[in-house]
Amino acid sequence: MLNISNINSFYGEVQVLKDVSLHVDQGEIVTLIGANAAGKSTLISCISRTVKSFTGEIQFEGKTISNLRPDQIVDLGLVQIPEGRLLFPKLTVRENLELGSYNKNSRGNRKERLEYVYELLPRLKERSNQLAGSLSGGESQMCAIGRGLMANPKLLMFDEPSLGLAPIVVSEVMKLIRNIAKDGMTVLLVEQNVRQSLKLADRAYVLENGRIIMEGKGRDLLESPEVKKAYLGI
Amino acid sequence: MEQILQVFISGIFSGGVYALVSVGLALIFGIIGLVNFAHGEYLMLAMYFAYWMYNIIGLDPYQSLLINLAVMAIIGYLTYKIIMERVLEADHSIQIILTLALSMVLQNLALMLWKADYRNIRIDMTTDTTHIGFLTLSTPRVVAFVIAIGASVLLYMFLQKTYTGAAMRAVAQNGKAAQLMGINLKRTYGLAFTIGITLVGLAGLLLSPIYPAFPLVGSNFSTLAFIVVVIGGLTSIPGAIMGGLLIGVVESFAGYFAGPAYQQAAYFLLFILVLIFKPNGLFGRS
Ligand SMILES: Nc1ncnc2c1ncn2[C@@H]1O[C@H](COP(=O)(O)OP(=O)(O)OP(=O)(O)O)[C@@H](O)[C@H]1O
Ligand SMILES: [Mg+2]
Repeated sequence: MLNISNINSFYGEVQVLKDVSLHVDQGEIVTLIGANAAGKSTLISCISRTVKSFTGEIQFEGKTISNLRPDQIVDLGLVQIPEGRLLFPKLTVRENLELGSYNKNSRGNRKERLEYVYELLPRLKERSNQLAGSLSGGESQMCAIGRGLMANPKLLMFDEPSLGLAPIVVSEVMKLIRNIAKDGMTVLLVEQNVRQSLKLADRAYVLENGRIIMEGKGRDLLESPEVKKAYLGI
Repeated sequence: MEQILQVFISGIFSGGVYALVSVGLALIFGIIGLVNFAHGEYLMLAMYFAYWMYNIIGLDPYQSLLINLAVMAIIGYLTYKIIMERVLEADHSIQIILTLALSMVLQNLALMLWKADYRNIRIDMTTDTTHIGFLTLSTPRVVAFVIAIGASVLLYMFLQKTYTGAAMRAVAQNGKAAQLMGINLKRTYGLAFTIGITLVGLAGLLLSPIYPAFPLVGSNFSTLAFIVVVIGGLTSIPGAIMGGLLIGVVESFAGYFAGPAYQQAAYFLLFILVLIFKPNGLFGRS
């Protein structure tokens, strides 16, 4: 469904991604793990086209998308829930959610999408008139996920959804992602929470210093000595 | 007492147009982050346009309102497309130099093409007065006030209550996140700029029966609008409305008590005091 081949990306002279190739098939949960500054967010941003300085080819559903504008990417159903949530702090929760369905696909179904999201995340409904800037960390992440779902995506990319959350909330977020995937969503999950995200994944990639150094089934990577040593501290 | 009230109301009435000039500036700064030093020049263009419509075709400014607004919207959009869109990602200093230069170019073009003469529109209404209780007010000023405040409030409602308005506020708060919603940033900036220019054009049109058009007419209003916008908290639309009214009142009282020569000095003084004591503006939150 999503095919990335030979991406090289640069910030000025500095090369961040080195010949990165990966793919996500329909219905899969694919996890990308890697340490800080490995280039995970950069890769996701290349896909969303909010980073433009890269070479290589990105295809979505068979079409080349590496020359489109960010809003056109969203129109295709390729939606990112960014690192750090990036909610609109001075807009209400409801306004944030509603803007999630700005793209062409879901604009017409905004009401139904909102009902679906409120049903999935009832706490957002309780807080719908609260300013997003006043939500707790966990609520913010839920709101960001809800906003992503509002877009009626075909493939949802999560960039470190567990960032800064208490362990119990992390489990909640992971469960939510599992449920969203069960409903038929294809997921690309970027995480540093290696244990939980690999458990969730059908397949996974390990990104180190801008290169993919390993790939395999989630469970297999979890068992592999390299991952255990480098990322789980065992 | 009646005198004082008359002075106060008269200030409020001038303030309406100041508010309208300023909301456009605040909108452009708030959404695009662009400081438009050429803002007043668009007011000048609208005044000239109103003058020609009156002199050549015989339509008074109220009759030519819609076509004038349409022309200003087109000019605003073209300015955005041809000039502003190129510097969206440029340094602030470059943007400032660009809009300053644009302001000078427009002023000097006007001077060259249309001479420095004052162009007045003298319609019957120019000298009409309206009586409210014991107050006597010039009718075009009443009309200008009502339409100016109406348009400013309408802009605020548009931003607060409509979906497109929410998208514009989202762009202002976090452009990257807005893109991830599928919002086309450049198109949104274009809309904000066009609306801002159309509003300042409307202000020019409303002024045209009571104020002469001349090449430098915009610069007075630019300065004034900058002061208003700073007092109002830079990006706040209600702040710009309140700031405009306040400046109108200050100007009016200064004129009454100290003489017309002190009007500008009075609002500059207020401006400096605000910068010292409430740099976030009188109406903005800290
Ligand atoms: N806009 C930018 N300009 C210059 N360098 C950047 C920019 N964004 C990221 N970088 C650099 O690129 C490298 C990869 O950053 P990236 O954000 O992709 O890492 P990451 O894997 O997402 O890290 P984290 O887990 O901390 O989010 C880092 O060294 C970072 O400093
Ligand atoms: Mg990151």
